Amino acid sequence: MSVLIFLDQSEGQIKKSSLEAASYGAKVAQQLGTSAQAIVLGNITDDLATIGNYGIGKVHTINNDALNNMDAQVYAKLIAEVATSIGAKVIIFSNNFNGKAIAPRLSVRLKAGLVSGAVALPDTTNGFTVKKNVFSGKAFANVTINTDIKIIALNPNSFSITTTDAKAEVLPFATTADASKVQVISTDKVVGEIPLSEAEIVVSGGRGLKGPENWAMVTDLAKLLGAATACSRPVADSDWRPHHEHVGQTGLAIAPNLYFAIGISGAIQHLAGVNRSKVIVVINKDPEAPFFKAADYGIVGDAFEVMPKIIDAVKKLKGV
Amino acid sequence: MKILVCISKTPDTTAKIAFADNNTKFAADGVQWIINPYDEWYALVRAIELKEADPSTVIHLVTVGGADCDPIIRKALALGGDEAIRVNADSHDSFYIALQIADIAKKGSYDLVFTGKETIDYNGSSVGGMVAELLEMPYVSLATKFTLIGSEAEIVREIEGGEETDKVALPLVVSCQKGMAEQRIPNMKGIMGARSKPLNVVEPVAADTLTSIASFDLPPAKASVKLVSPDTPEELVRLLHEEAKVI
Ligand SMILES: Cc1cc2nc3c(=O)[nH]c(=O)nc-3n(C[C@H](O)[C@H](O)[C@H](O)COP(=O)(O)OP(=O)(O)OC[C@H]3O[C@@H](n4cnc5c(N)ncnc54)[C@H](O)[C@@H]3O)c2cc1C
Repeated sequence: MSVLIFLDQSEGQIKKSSLEAASYGAKVAQQLGTSAQAIVLGNITDDLATIGNYGIGKVHTINNDALNNMDAQVYAKLIAEVATSIGAKVIIFSNNFNGKAIAPRLSVRLKAGLVSGAVALPDTTNGFTVKKNVFSGKAFANVTINTDIKIIALNPNSFSITTTDAKAEVLPFATTADASKVQVISTDKVVGEIPLSEAEIVVSGGRGLKGPENWAMVTDLAKLLGAATACSRPVADSDWRPHHEHVGQTGLAIAPNLYFAIGISGAIQHLAGVNRSKVIVVINKDPEAPFFKAADYGIVGDAFEVMPKIIDAVKKLKGV
Repeated sequence: MKILVCISKTPDTTAKIAFADNNTKFAADGVQWIINPYDEWYALVRAIELKEADPSTVIHLVTVGGADCDPIIRKALALGGDEAIRVNADSHDSFYIALQIADIAKKGSYDLVFTGKETIDYNGSSVGGMVAELLEMPYVSLATKFTLIGSEAEIVREIEGGEETDKVALPLVVSCQKGMAEQRIPNMKGIMGARSKPLNVVEPVAADTLTSIASFDLPPAKASVKLVSPDTPEELVRLLHEEAKVI
């Protein structure tokens, strides 16, 4: 028996959300009195021994150029093979974009119950029950997995990484991968920007900013804080900002440490995507804006007057 | 070309979220039900656009649920779609639901199966991937664009911090999200026409449920907001740094 963690990579580097999954998996293994092992597919430039820092004893690698692109069909088959060979009873994914594609396929292959969107360690006192987000962050469900093998997809930013100096043993796993039926023609990444789904701080703007020409107050603050930028749905719908920045019930759901909302009313559908943020700051000129009910800190004021002063204060704080 | 679009019933986005029976059941009293927005706005509308481009295309809708789903199925038929199949079963287990859909998909030999990226109630984002595995078909998830080129599809999918363009031969399963299409409102002709479109009710095939919901919780109530005067915005920065320790 063991716990297997799938480590998702991008251009040879393990994603931060997967390191959270590794820390989480190590805790699950501890809870079950067993070992935590990991699997990585494709060419990795990171030193995989350092995955030991996150509590992983062994890292199984399938180092094959063809696996640098994620095809859920090919990946699920390989992960199933490794899981079976090491007798994994619990398999952990990050519930990131790739995890959402692979984990369901693996669930069918291994006939293993899947809880996606997990936010806490499993309760193993009586069965195996995992808390997950439901109703777009407005509630939690405690879901019991009834199968021998269990799969958990952990929501990004819901489990803190803990590290030690331990090193992992890196073990190439000998097998052959199927040819992918998905041909990747191109990938287009926003370079130099933090992906919204992984950001610890997010600065977001709404219709209150009046137009795209006023977005410097969002992007300047984001740059100073090392934050990603987001927006409300009407802002993306009006093409003031790109669609991938749209957060909310019908956009991306995020859970950063700090969500800084400027000129956003806080409609229920917007809150559904951001209410898991640890600290919420709201700048809105309307004291009745519903967002203040969900906020930790706020200023009732005109963003056009308040934001330049906030940016100056952050500059001072950061010494720039 | 035959397309199967998976449709799910979800509470309206403004519905009050509360639980009954000792927190084991969603309190559905007085709740407005809608078609899951991802299924309606993106999966279904994109399928309808493909049919508009090639009128020989056939669109079938599938729902796993009780008779209480019929109004939302009729609405989906009013938007487009030629006929609907309702598998008469109620389950919150993604595997059970996927097995029912895969069974319908096998019998109908579809070229394309579209789902929404997730439902806005149980947020599983699992049914599409499970159906694909059961059908042994490729799966492209979180698609923002879908173009048909002969018997191949060119699909743009979201990846962390960007997008990827893929080419895949049909048949395949695609989960759809924003970008695929624009929301539409059913017109009178569609609504009238939907009444005479077939809605076939079939009984479920035997399937295991791999998970079950033990209980629900609501998040703890939030403490009230700490307001800073608009005359001293620098105080907010100090609080975020010294008190909340987030910057
Ligand atoms: C089914 C459905 C799904 C939806 N999904 C989403 C979703 O995923 N995400 C989403 O965001 N929305 C979603 N919406 C839309 C949502 O209901 C709101 O309409 C939207 O969030 C409002 O965006 P906003 O706050 O930017 O704009 P508004 O509601 O117009 O609010 C602008 C705010 O800016 C403030 N303001 C104006 N000027 C200033 C100023 N100078 N300084 C400071 N503040 C100022 C105003 O007081 C106001 O509160 C959805 C709606 C539906 C029906």
